[in-house]
Amino acid sequence: MLGWELPPHNSGGLGVACYHMSKALAIQGAKIDFVVPYTAAHPNIDFMTIHSATKLTPLERYGLGAYDSKTVLEKELSLADVNDLKDMRGVQKRYVQFVENFVKTHKPDAIHAHDWLTMEAGMRAKQLTDAPLIVHVHATEFDRCGSDSGNPLVHEIEYQGLMMADRILAVSNITKGIIIQKYGIPADKIEVVHNAIDVASFDDGYVYDQRTYRYLEALKQEGFTIVSTVTRFTVQKGLTHFIRAAARACEKYDKFAFLLAGDGEQRDELIALAADLGIADKVFFTGFVRGKQWRDAYSVSDVFVMSSVSEPFGLTALEAAHHDNALIISKQSGVGEVLHSIFRYDFWDIDRLADELVGIATSSALQQSLTVNVKQEYDRISWHDVARTCMRVYQTTTQGASS
Amino acid sequence: MNKRGIVLYLHVHQPLRVRQYSVFDTAVNHDYFDEPIYETDRNNEQVLRKVADKSYRPMNALLEKLLAEHPEFKVSLSITGTFIEQAEKWAPDVLDSFKRLVATGRVEIVAETYYHSLAFFYSRTEFEHQVEAHRSKIRELFGVETKVFRNTELAYNDELAKWADGYGFKGILAEGWDPILEWRSPNHVYRPAGTENIALLLKNYRLSDDLAFRFSNKEWEQWPLTVDKYADWTNASIEHQPLINLFMDYETFGEHQWEDTGIFDFFGSFVGKWLQNPDNTFYTVSEAIETFEPVGEISMPNTVTWADNERDLSAWLGNSMQQEALRYIYSLEDDIMRTGDLELIADWRKLQTSDHVYYMCTKWFTDGDVHAYFSPYESPYDAFLYFINAVRDLRWRLHSHHKTGGLNG
Repeated sequence: MLGWELPPHNSGGLGVACYHMSKALAIQGAKIDFVVPYTAAHPNIDFMTIHSATKLTPLERYGLGAYDSKTVLEKELSLADVNDLKDMRGVQKRYVQFVENFVKTHKPDAIHAHDWLTMEAGMRAKQLTDAPLIVHVHATEFDRCGSDSGNPLVHEIEYQGLMMADRILAVSNITKGIIIQKYGIPADKIEVVHNAIDVASFDDGYVYDQRTYRYLEALKQEGFTIVSTVTRFTVQKGLTHFIRAAARACEKYDKFAFLLAGDGEQRDELIALAADLGIADKVFFTGFVRGKQWRDAYSVSDVFVMSSVSEPFGLTALEAAHHDNALIISKQSGVGEVLHSIFRYDFWDIDRLADELVGIATSSALQQSLTVNVKQEYDRISWHDVARTCMRVYQTTTQGASS
Repeated sequence: MNKRGIVLYLHVHQPLRVRQYSVFDTAVNHDYFDEPIYETDRNNEQVLRKVADKSYRPMNALLEKLLAEHPEFKVSLSITGTFIEQAEKWAPDVLDSFKRLVATGRVEIVAETYYHSLAFFYSRTEFEHQVEAHRSKIRELFGVETKVFRNTELAYNDELAKWADGYGFKGILAEGWDPILEWRSPNHVYRPAGTENIALLLKNYRLSDDLAFRFSNKEWEQWPLTVDKYADWTNASIEHQPLINLFMDYETFGEHQWEDTGIFDFFGSFVGKWLQNPDNTFYTVSEAIETFEPVGEISMPNTVTWADNERDLSAWLGNSMQQEALRYIYSLEDDIMRTGDLELIADWRKLQTSDHVYYMCTKWFTDGDVHAYFSPYESPYDAFLYFINAVRDLRWRLHSHHKTGGLNG
């Protein structure tokens, strides 16, 4: 398994998905060697072997910028300097070299590579071992940049990886559609495997004590509705539309507070926008949140909005559902494919989002129905289902390769 | 010795669907029922024209032909006020063909609430207003008096039967549901518990639903349903009994079951086949009641409908959104009526049509069985949102034009 991060050293959903998927696979009998590009302890992982491709600390790797491709210039891997570990391409080259050496002594039955970051290593491993390559797409470059532009080198790597793959797993029909339309990959090579949520991982003794966001709790006491989103503040997430819809909703009903938990390069722009629209006192920015602050952000909130312009899946929506939020999810977010008891809207449709917000805030029956009903749905898919699909794909591709 | 007969009763209805009426329309526009986009199932004109082509025109033509060919063929229809208003605007020829049917004297019109509402369960005054409004519309359009009553969704209980008896109806329709009937057959006339002069006709749901729901279902082990097979079933069902009550939506013919399923040909041939046997005939609902005496008393203290496996009102009143929506609507009654504002009253009544709350039903939705759910909206929550925005606009109109009521959010 070729990945870029695992908890607790993750900056987002990719690491969480890889963790739960691997754990479920291990329970079903898979023996997993998981390669990460940094060196660190993973205290809760004893179900697989973790291999470190570099001596970088996770923090140094964060300096490269999550999974973003903006710092990747137009550098062919052959030109990258393996000694320059401040450079994303340098780290990726080291990662490939590590995998090349590793498969010489540990021939895998199947290679499972997650996203563009590890696709080159996956392709190389396939060349060297003839094992089938399964490429798992959590996000494409089109999702990350929120438009048709994006880094041409990353597009090229994704295209090659998807072409070379024996089988492709996509986290939603939205992502499958992008792979077909933008990369011209035949539909029958792609299988949709929706991400799941591991409800048990929330049973860690957490109790919501109403202390983290006291001001918001006070507003709730006065009848305010708390609307939140927990995300990276990047163009992909559609947050400027969200802020505009918030202002529009406040024209009709003013007992709203909006909690934006997270951080990212759009933060200043969003603060300025809220001020321009005259709702600065209603919008709360937390900065990057982890642990209790992160869970409390869900707990204090009544309504969770996923405003993404392009969201392959969107695990945070399921986390919010677990914490008793009513969900409003853009039609461009894959997680909406597995939920029915939600509001949906096109990410640009500010009036529609505002209407839905006011509707929920002014009808307890609507808010209750959404909250209670989505709780019967959000954990319908389990990681064991995902692992079962992966195992089947490993087996069929292995047979295909040997025949 | 009276002949044994089929009582065919068809229900004709179209609601006035609410457009995507947002909070930004509230207190600004009052055109709840005027969806601007034509090609959507929220556009009432589009739906009416479509169903007129697929169902009303071909089925009325078939009924006219069968009435002309078979002197013993008869049918009963209930036609809602919300359908009639839309047909007057967008398909007047369809109304004319209904008039020709009624003019034969062998097509009976059944009474119901003008707005296809559940008013009986919320306000007796409003309910009676709507029954009267329907009777006078039928009188005006067809020149006939209604004598037999059916409530919206065939929602029936002993209380309703007593009301209909006292009101002067001589018959009433209900579902022939096994847990109520126990060992008894729906193929007789009954007397509702606690009534004096009214008779009860019960739907034979097996034979009705064979046509209404199963006819084109290829998963059904009896598919395809042939005329001979259905004739065998009906003959077996009616042995030593007087009636088969086939009650269903009129739109079964051509809309629920499309023309290419063969439903029209099937029905035309079946009528001929049934009447080949000289012991067989057709009755209208009134004739059935006049011809046969009640064989016993039936009591339904709890409300029974013709919907779903539960045969209750849960598809309309099962969740808190539906309950809240109807509570809001009916709580406006006194204020709305006091205004005497005919347009406001009409809009309020159009929002009482049971379809609006049906679109908010979540009982299939959470099971993921979204295909069991027929709605012009993306979700039950959307349906609720647009409806509640319209209710707020009613309140606003009350408040700003008539200085009554409060806005209450």
